[in-house]
Amino acid sequence: MTDSKYFTTTKKGEIFELKAELNSDKKEKKKEAVKKVIASMTVGKDVSALFPDVVNCMQTDNLELKKLVYLYLMNYAKSQPDMAIMAVNTFVKDCEDPNPLIRALAVRTMGCIRVDKITEYLCEPLRKCLKDEDPYVRKTAAVCVAKLHDINAQLVEDQGFLDTLKDLISDSNPMVVANAVAALSEIAESHPSSNLLDLNPQSINKLLTALNECTEWGQIFILDCLANYMPKDDREAQSICERVTPRLSHANSAVVLSAVKVLMKFMEMLSKDLDYYGTLLKKLAPPLVTLLSAEPELQYVALRNINLIVQKRPEILKHEMKVFFVKYNDPIYVKLEKLDIMIRLASQANIAQVLAELKEYATEVDVDFVRKAVRAIGRCAIKVEQSAERCVSTLLDLIQTKVNYVVQEAIVVIKDIFRKYPNKYESVIATLCENLDSLDEPEARAAMIWIVGEYAERIDNADELLESFLEGFHDESTQVQLQLLTAIVKLFLKKPTETQELVQQVLSLATQDSDNPDLRDRGYIYWRLLSTDPVAAKEVVLAEKPLISEETDLIEPTLLDELICYIGTLASVYHKPPSAFVEGSRGVLHKGLPPRTGSIEGPESPDTAPSGEPAADQPSVIPTQGDLLGDLLNLDLGPPVTGPPMATSTVPMGAVDLLGGGLDSLMGDESEGLRSDVGGSPAIGGSGSFTAAPSSTAPTNVGAPLGSGLGDLFDLTAGVGTLSGSYVAPKTVWLPAMKAKGLEISGTFSRQVGSISMDLVLTNKALQVMSDFAIQFNRNSFGLAPAAPLQVHAPLAPNQSVEISLPLNTVGSVMKMDPLNNLQVAVKNNIDVFYFSTLYPLHILFVEDGKMERQMFLATWKDIPNENETQFQIKDCSLNADAVSSKLQGSNIFTIAKRNVEGQDMLYQSLKLTNGIWVLAELRIQPSNPSFMDLELSLKCRAPEVSQYIYQAYETILKN
Amino acid sequence: MCFQQKMIHSLFLINCSGDIFLEKHWKSVVSQSVCDYFFEAQEKAIDVENVPPVISTPHHYLISIYRDKIFFVSVIQTEVPPLFVIEFLHRVADTFQDYFGECSETAIKDNVVIVYELLEEMLDNGFPLATESNILKELIKPPTILRSVVNSITGSSNVGDTLPTGQLSNIPWRRAGVKYTNNEAYFDVIEEIDAIIDKSGSTVFAEIQGVIDSCIKLSGMPDLSLSFMNPRLLDDVSFHPCIRFKRWESERVLSFIPPDGNFRLISYRVSSQNLVAIPVYVKHMISFKENTSSGRFDVTIGPKQNMGKTVEGVVMTVHMPKAVLNMNLTATQGSYTFDPVTKVLTWDVGKITPQKLPNLKGMVNLQSGAPKPEENPSLNIQFKIQQLAISGLKVNRLDMYGEKYKPFKGVKYITKAGKFQVRT
Repeated sequence: MTDSKYFTTTKKGEIFELKAELNSDKKEKKKEAVKKVIASMTVGKDVSALFPDVVNCMQTDNLELKKLVYLYLMNYAKSQPDMAIMAVNTFVKDCEDPNPLIRALAVRTMGCIRVDKITEYLCEPLRKCLKDEDPYVRKTAAVCVAKLHDINAQLVEDQGFLDTLKDLISDSNPMVVANAVAALSEIAESHPSSNLLDLNPQSINKLLTALNECTEWGQIFILDCLANYMPKDDREAQSICERVTPRLSHANSAVVLSAVKVLMKFMEMLSKDLDYYGTLLKKLAPPLVTLLSAEPELQYVALRNINLIVQKRPEILKHEMKVFFVKYNDPIYVKLEKLDIMIRLASQANIAQVLAELKEYATEVDVDFVRKAVRAIGRCAIKVEQSAERCVSTLLDLIQTKVNYVVQEAIVVIKDIFRKYPNKYESVIATLCENLDSLDEPEARAAMIWIVGEYAERIDNADELLESFLEGFHDESTQVQLQLLTAIVKLFLKKPTETQELVQQVLSLATQDSDNPDLRDRGYIYWRLLSTDPVAAKEVVLAEKPLISEETDLIEPTLLDELICYIGTLASVYHKPPSAFVEGSRGVLHKGLPPRTGSIEGPESPDTAPSGEPAADQPSVIPTQGDLLGDLLNLDLGPPVTGPPMATSTVPMGAVDLLGGGLDSLMGDESEGLRSDVGGSPAIGGSGSFTAAPSSTAPTNVGAPLGSGLGDLFDLTAGVGTLSGSYVAPKTVWLPAMKAKGLEISGTFSRQVGSISMDLVLTNKALQVMSDFAIQFNRNSFGLAPAAPLQVHAPLAPNQSVEISLPLNTVGSVMKMDPLNNLQVAVKNNIDVFYFSTLYPLHILFVEDGKMERQMFLATWKDIPNENETQFQIKDCSLNADAVSSKLQGSNIFTIAKRNVEGQDMLYQSLKLTNGIWVLAELRIQPSNPSFMDLELSLKCRAPEVSQYIYQAYETILKN
Repeated sequence: MCFQQKMIHSLFLINCSGDIFLEKHWKSVVSQSVCDYFFEAQEKAIDVENVPPVISTPHHYLISIYRDKIFFVSVIQTEVPPLFVIEFLHRVADTFQDYFGECSETAIKDNVVIVYELLEEMLDNGFPLATESNILKELIKPPTILRSVVNSITGSSNVGDTLPTGQLSNIPWRRAGVKYTNNEAYFDVIEEIDAIIDKSGSTVFAEIQGVIDSCIKLSGMPDLSLSFMNPRLLDDVSFHPCIRFKRWESERVLSFIPPDGNFRLISYRVSSQNLVAIPVYVKHMISFKENTSSGRFDVTIGPKQNMGKTVEGVVMTVHMPKAVLNMNLTATQGSYTFDPVTKVLTWDVGKITPQKLPNLKGMVNLQSGAPKPEENPSLNIQFKIQQLAISGLKVNRLDMYGEKYKPFKGVKYITKAGKFQVRT
C-alpha cells in the first residue's frame, strides 16, 4: 500500500473522477481523493479546476485532511481569488481552536495565500496569534507578519504589527526571538531606510542570549543580524566576539560561516596588539578547515569564502596549505577553487610543496584542471621570486611531455615569466622553439611569436621562424596577426640587413590585405615610423616594458572589504556585491567594515568637507596690520626684494607659532611611512597588463606627417596624449582697489611642466603713478614662496594694468595654516603696504612623478589605516571614465588602474604633493542620468587633513 | 510577478535521467522550465558529480545538491546564504532517509503525501520550521507496514494531532515522556583517514575525520557526561547542539541531555600537524609501453602502523586511463573486476595477513595506435580496522544524572579509510 497508487489514472477524465470522489459522503474516500489531488500537484499537473471541491473538504475534524486541504490552498489560491474567500471563515474559526497546532496551522496557511481580499480578514486573527499564550503559535505568527508585509506593506504598518514584532525580540522563548529577528530582517531588507532593526547594546544582549538557546536556523538569522550591528568601541566588539566564538564549533556549516562573518567584521575594530586578536585569529582556522571535509557542495561555497578570507587576512590559514591539496576524485568545481587558494597561500616557506603538487596535477586527466595547474605554476613564479627558477624548470619538464595543451599553456605562462624577470631565463627559448609546430591555440601562438620577436637577437633563425608563421597570415586570429606584425618589426629593428623583405611583406599584408582596422592602423603606424625616423621607431618599438605584477587577480581593497561583510551569501560566491546581480536590488546598501577604533578623537569628520565652500573661496582682505601677520611685514620693504624670499629668513614671533604644532602631523608620520616605502623610485606606468606589445601604441613623438593620405591618421592622435599642464582657474580679484589705495590685484595659480607660478594682474586705479613693487608671502602649509622678485619694469600709470607671472617654489618656511591652503600675501608699492590672503588650489602642488606603481598602490592602500579614508561626492559630472582620467592626468592625478565593477567604472589613482605626501584615490563613476555621472571619491592618505582640499581640487578640475 | 522572496522558493527533485519527479512550491508556482538551466549545466558537466552547486539564471538562482542519485534543486530569487540552503537540502535528504529507510526516487514516489507534508512542516515562508527528526516524527508519523494496515482499518491517520513536546523547550531535540524497558546508551567512535600518498610512499597529506555516533535509548530526562582519557586530541570539534559548550571549554567533558535515538554527538578533526598513522602501504609498478600497446600492472598491499590490529575489508579501486582496453591480472587473494566502459578496476582484497601479502599483477591491453597514456592512475584504497581509533582517542567513562535506573553502556571503535589515495 503505497502512495504511488494515487498516480494511476483512469480512462474517464481524471478530473471528473476526482470531483466525484471529493464530493463523496464517505470521509475515507474524500481523504483518498484529496491525496490524489496532492499527488498530481507534486508532479506539476494543473488541478486548480478542483478548487471549490477541495475547499469544501476544509471543514473537518480530521487534522490530516485539513492539512492536505491547506497544502492545496496555498498552491492555488492565487489563481482562484474569488473562491479563496470561501475559505476565510474556516481560517478565522481555526485561529480560535483550542489546539495550538491548529491555531498555528491556520495562521501560517492564511499568510501563504497571496490574495489581497484575504489579507484584510487576516489582521484580527494575526493580532491575536502574535499575543497567543503558546510560543509555537507566536513564533508562527511572527513569520506571518513578514509574509503579510510582502503582500501589503502599508497594511502591516497601519495595523502596528511592526511594533508587536519588535516586542517579540524580548520574548521569553528563544525560538520566538529567532523568528522575530528573521521576520524583521526580511522586512528591513525590502525597506532599507526604515529603522526596523534598531540595534543597541540592550537588544544585542538579548540576541546574544537567544543565540545560545535557539535552533541552528535561528542562530543563522541572529548571527546575520548581529553582523549588521556597529559596536560602539573595541571593547564592545570584543565582548560580542567572545560570545559568538562558540558558534564556530557548531555542526551546521551555515552557522559556522555566519559566525565567521561576524568575527571577521568585528575583528576590524580590534587592535592588533591585543592578545585577544591573536587568539581569535587562531580560533578561526580550524572551523574553516573543517568545512572542507563536508559535502562537496558545502566545500564549494566554503572555498569561495575562504578565497576572500585569505585575501583579507592571509595569516589565518597560512599554515593550512595542505588541506587545499586536491584529491583526484574531488568534483571539478572544488578542484579549481582549491587551486586558486593554493596560489594565494603560496609563499617562500611552502613553495616546494606547492610546486610538487602542481606538477602532479598537470598530469591529471581533466583538461581544464590541467591547464589551470600549469597556469598556476606560472603564477607561483611571478608571486614568489625565489621559486621562479624551479617553476621554469618544472614548466620545461612539462613541455617535454609533449602533451599538446600542456605545452601551449606552459608557453603562455613562460612569456609572463619573461616579462617579470627579464634577461634571466632566456636560455630556455631554444626548447620553446622546438614546439613551434604543435601550437594551435591563438593565445599560445601569440605568446610564442612575442617571445621570438622580443628576443630576436638571440635566436639565430628568428627570421625563418617568423616567416613560417607569415605564410598563413590571413588564417590567423587577430591576436596572432597583431603579434606577428609587431614581432617582425622588432626583428627588423634588431637585424635590419637580412629582414627588409620580411618586414615589407608583413606591412603590406597588414595594411593592404586586411579588413581589420586595428591591424591596419598598427601597420600604418609602423610603416610611417620606419620610413620617417628609424631611430624614433627603435625607441618606440623597443622601449623598455614595465614589469608585470603578480597582484593582477586580487580583488580591489574596497570591494574586498564590502564582500567580507557578505561572507556566506551569494555575493561571496560570485565575488560581486549584491547590488551587481540581485534582481531588482532594492536601495543599494553598501556595507563596509567598521573602522579600527581610535578614530573617534581623530581629525575633523570628512562629512563636513564638501559644503561651506563659498565663504572660504572668497579672497579675504586682511583689514589691519597686526595680529597674525605681525612678523611678515615688519620688515623693511624699502628696496625691491631680491634673492631668496624673505619668509625664509623671518624670525618666528609669538603670534606666528600659533599653528606650528599642527605641522608635525602633516609631515611627520608621512615621511616615516610612505617615503621609505617608495624609495624615490620613479614609478613607470606599471599597468601590469599581460598583453604583449605595448610598444605599438605610442606614436606621439613621431615627426611631421608625410604627405599622402596618411596625414589624417596623425591628426587624430595629436591632441590626445599631449600634456597641456594643469587646469588654471580664471583670475579673481584678490585685493580690491578701494582697500589698497587704488591698487587692484587679481590673479590665479598655475602649474606648467613642473613649475608653479602665480599669475597676477596689477591695475592702477588711483590717480598717481605706482612704482617700487615688492611681494612677500607669510609662512604657509606647503612652503610656497616666490622664486624670484616681483618685477614690474616700468612704473604703473593710472588706469594701466600689467600682467606678471611670478614663479613660485616650495622651499619656503612651513607653517600649518587654517584652512590648509591659505596663503597670506603682502604687496608693497611706493604708496603703502597691503595685505591680503587667498586660497590656492591644491593641484598646483601635484608633482609630475605622482604615479605609483600598481603593486605599491595595493600595498599602500592596505597599509594606510581605514580611519584615514575619507569619502566625497562629486555630482553631475558630464565626463565618462576615460575623459575623467585624461583630464585629471593633465593635473598630475594619475590613473593606475581602471576596472569595471557592476557596470560602474572604478579608477584607481595616485598623486604626490610637493612635500612628498602621497594621496591614493578610488573614483567610482556611476551614471546618475543619461548625460551626467555621479562620482564617488575615496581618498586615502597618511595625512588625512589634506583630503578635503584634494577633493576640492578634483572638483575644480572636473567641473571646468 | 516580482515580489521579494527570501529563502527557498521552490524545490524540484530530479533523477539521473533528467525527469522532474517531484516539485514543491512554498510561494507561487515556478514553472518547471527553470530547470532547463540546470539541465544545461548538467550536460556541460558530463559527470553528474561535476554539476556546479550554484547556478545563476536570468531571474533565479538554482542551488542544488546531489545525493543518492537524486538532484535536489532549489529555486532562490534573492540574496540568500547558499550554505543555509545546501545544509537544509541535506537535512531534507536525511529526513527522507530516516523516514523511508532509503532516499530514492521509488521511496519518495511511494510516500509522496508524507513527503509533501514533511516539506511543508520543514519550511515555512522559506524559514526552516522543524528539522529535528524527533519533532517531525511527532508531527508526522513515519510509515510502517503495520501502521498503514491499522490506519486503513481504523481510519486513523499518520498525522500527529498534538503539538510536539520538544519543539519549544530549551531542549528541542528531546521529547518528553520517553520510556524504555531496557535503558541503553551506545557510542561508536568512527575515524576515517583522509590521505594522499605520493609515488615514493611518503605522505603528502593526512588527517583524521572522526565522529562519535550515538544510539541512546534512555527513559525520562537523563543528563549524561562523557569524558575521555586524552581529550587534548580534540582541538577542532563540531558539536551537536545538545552539548554544553562551556563545560567542554572549562573541563573538557561532554555534558548533555541526549536526543532520543540515533544522532551524531560530535565530529572532530585531527589535523595533519599531528602525526597521523597510515595503516597500509602499497607497492606499485604500473607502466605503459608505447609501441606494443600494452602495459604492466603490479600492486601489493601490506600492513603498516596498524597497532597490532587486523586490516580488513580492503578494496582498491583504480580509474584506469581511457586508452586501456582490458586487463589480464592474477590476484593472489580476493577477486578483481575491470569495467571496460568506465575503465574502473576494482579489487576486493578482504583481510590482509602479514605472512602472505595480497598481490595483483598482470598485463594491461591498450588501444592500438593510441598514444600511451600520460597520466598515472591514482589508487583509491578502502579498509577497516575494528576496535581501534587510529588517533588514539579513548572514552574514559560515562556518567548519568537525573534518573535513577542503571543504563547499559557501550563504546565501539572503528577506523576506516576515508579519501585514501595513493599516487603512482
